[in-house]
Amino acid sequence: MSFGIPFAPEQASSLAPGVDHLFYALLAFTFALGIFLSALVIGYSVKYRAGSPADRSGERSRSAPLEIAWTTATLVVAFAIFAWGAVLFMGREHPPADAIEIAGLGKQWMWQFRHPGGQREIDELHVPVGRAVVVSLASQDVIHSFFVPAFRVKQDAVPGRTTHVWFTATEPGRFHLFCAEYCGTEHSGMVGWVVAMQPEDYAAWLERQGSGDTLAQQGEKLFRALGCSGCHENSTAVRAPDLHGVYGRPVALANSQTVMADERYLRDSILQPAREVAAGYEPVMPSFDGLVDEGELQMLLSYLKSLSPKEASP
Amino acid sequence: MSERIGAVPATYMGEGSGPRAWLLTTDHKRVAWLYLVALTVFFFLGGAMAVLIRVELATPAGDLVSDDAYDRLFSIHGIIMVWFFLVPSIPATLGNFLLPLMIGARDLAFPRLNLASWYVFIFGSGFTLYSVIAGGVDTGWTFYTPFSTMFSNSYVSAAAFGVFIVGFSTIMTGINFIVTVHKLRAPGLTWFRLPIFVWTMYATALVMVLATPVLAASLILIVLERVFGIGVFDPGLGGDPLLFQHLFWFYSHPAVYIMILPGMGVVSEILPCFSRRPLFGYTAVALSSMAIAIFGFLVWGHHMFVSGQSAYAGLVFSFLSYCVAIPSAIKVFNWSLTLRKGEIAFETSMLYALGFLGLFTFGGLAGLFLAALAVDVHVHDTYFVVAHFHYIMVGGMVTAFMAGIHFWWPKITGRMYSETWGRIAAIVTFLGFNLTFFPQYVLGFLGMPRRYHAYPPEFAFWHILSSAGAVVLALGYLMPLFSLGWSLFRGPRAPDNPWRATGLEWKTTSPPPPHNFDETPVVDGPPYRYPLAEDGA
Repeated sequence: MSFGIPFAPEQASSLAPGVDHLFYALLAFTFALGIFLSALVIGYSVKYRAGSPADRSGERSRSAPLEIAWTTATLVVAFAIFAWGAVLFMGREHPPADAIEIAGLGKQWMWQFRHPGGQREIDELHVPVGRAVVVSLASQDVIHSFFVPAFRVKQDAVPGRTTHVWFTATEPGRFHLFCAEYCGTEHSGMVGWVVAMQPEDYAAWLERQGSGDTLAQQGEKLFRALGCSGCHENSTAVRAPDLHGVYGRPVALANSQTVMADERYLRDSILQPAREVAAGYEPVMPSFDGLVDEGELQMLLSYLKSLSPKEASP
Repeated sequence: MSERIGAVPATYMGEGSGPRAWLLTTDHKRVAWLYLVALTVFFFLGGAMAVLIRVELATPAGDLVSDDAYDRLFSIHGIIMVWFFLVPSIPATLGNFLLPLMIGARDLAFPRLNLASWYVFIFGSGFTLYSVIAGGVDTGWTFYTPFSTMFSNSYVSAAAFGVFIVGFSTIMTGINFIVTVHKLRAPGLTWFRLPIFVWTMYATALVMVLATPVLAASLILIVLERVFGIGVFDPGLGGDPLLFQHLFWFYSHPAVYIMILPGMGVVSEILPCFSRRPLFGYTAVALSSMAIAIFGFLVWGHHMFVSGQSAYAGLVFSFLSYCVAIPSAIKVFNWSLTLRKGEIAFETSMLYALGFLGLFTFGGLAGLFLAALAVDVHVHDTYFVVAHFHYIMVGGMVTAFMAGIHFWWPKITGRMYSETWGRIAAIVTFLGFNLTFFPQYVLGFLGMPRRYHAYPPEFAFWHILSSAGAVVLALGYLMPLFSLGWSLFRGPRAPDNPWRATGLEWKTTSPPPPHNFDETPVVDGPPYRYPLAEDGA
């Protein structure tokens, strides 16, 4: 019927139908109003063309009831659309607790993904159908944006912070992954595929990637190699906070503020340790800025998060 | 209509010729010409870039130009069109020419500042053009950090500095307009007797004066970080990349209203004139311009829903964006109702104005999709956004610019042009525009990202339509260049008031004398008192 011409993107995630309902409702509203106004303007243009015999008595150039009516109607419609979009949007904030956490890293001009089991892939992301997946995004250089049209999700990967995007694939298949934030020369080459697979196929795929260390184990090795464990574990020479169970809990700071030990806090504490020092400790930790790249930082964060029981995560 | 026999009265055009008389003039009407010539050059330069972009995108592979060249093309297209055409377009040309005439003044409040603004504009835009010739800039017109400060290997500092300089010219024009409207209105011309064009110029000038300094600050911070390594935006230097987006859009969203309010002013003059009816709901239209100018400052974060900004900030910005939609909707309803029970004539400028009405409406309605948070997540940074802002900026503002140039051309030049060619151009532009940009809405919904040099083949159908439309659109814009060019030298002499319009600018001769009015006009009633007594029954 469509002669091979695409009119709408595939729907392949649990979010897609909800977004599309709103989109098509807006489309219907837009066309209804647009056609009404076009008919009005064209109708008047024909009826009241210069010299036409139409009756022109009863003309007026203002009408308080009419103006109040359309202003109110516009307000009501606008706020209704706002509320609908807002409710759907806030769902983005709360991924299901059992979601698989995958570390995504953007760099000029490729995507790199690390699965919890340590499997690494470039410009492809394999996910199981029917299971929520959270991709925690970081960037090695400039701003990139993780965009999967078939899932109706998009999230910028911003250097210096971690952002998140989650989705549940509903259809097996290969779906475009685009970088949506202009990032330089080969921006349009920073594309890849999200491959959604049946859970058993996904398990088999993970198996085929070989069983090395998990992401958290890779982080733990790094934790030792960089010497973090020298102070943070059973040290007698230097006193540093024990990191078990820190993630997801409030931390009292030396400046008598309290912050939540989330990814932002852990990341900043590695790169700028003097900024938010935990209460009761000397600010002696050196900065690891420039010593660990974003990918290694993701491994360290994965390890630190594995030290907290799952239900404690924010 | 006055018949003139015997001695030709003195006009501003005849007051001394030669480059010196034009380049050192302080007459607002001649400064308007200086701007018109410069802006026309920039419009066709930016347009040529657009044609190259569309030709490249006619095929999925990036085969016409290299990726680096493509990035430079869309960057300079955006920079030229936004800062060297759209922002000054109607204010610096029609506004400069008409504002004093419409309020019965002899000139703007600060004539020398007006001329100075043109030189600053030429110097700044020339500086940026130099950066293009020297090797180009590849950051997009948005200069997002840290790409622009730490990663781009192009002439970012020069380009940004040029835009920084041009900002001063914008501020000068803004101050001049504000003071002029406050201080130089003719006796009897109270605020609610002002033509809507003057109201929109005033609202635009306020935004220019309040928003442009923030742009200046953010561009200077880019140069400081890029040249001296002072960490502001780059996280590697302890900065925050989102800070730039906040600063940039704090200017650039209000700037969107700099780029549309004047167009709203133009059509608010033309629709009543060719309908022979007063503007419907004058007070609401006047105040909605001010509401747009004020609310326009509070919605910048709707460019950043997926940037990592807090979701709660996203909620607030989405809500405020719907608030700013309301005054725009009110205007559309009022313009439509103005036609009711009129005696509608379809002259060239009226066709352009009706085209504006349609294109602005369909551009504005697309804004409802973009402000809806969950939908924006999908269409943000896709061709949907590209289509939306081209409907407003090109379909809206450029169409209104064409409408205004044709409407006041007899007053500006004292010559008439070919209505036939004008009407054909207006229709060709409308069709070409829709063919170019409507397919981009579909592309955006399909998920085609912006600023892609090459794209997957399934998007090709809509890209080919869009590229074909660009050819038609280019034709539509070239036609007036020739028909108005012919009119300037060969067109029949224009009467003082060819359209039987109200407004003080039509009370003086065409073209006006150097000091606009032989005696200061006195205003005794509201604007748009159509139909005129001489219209007959």
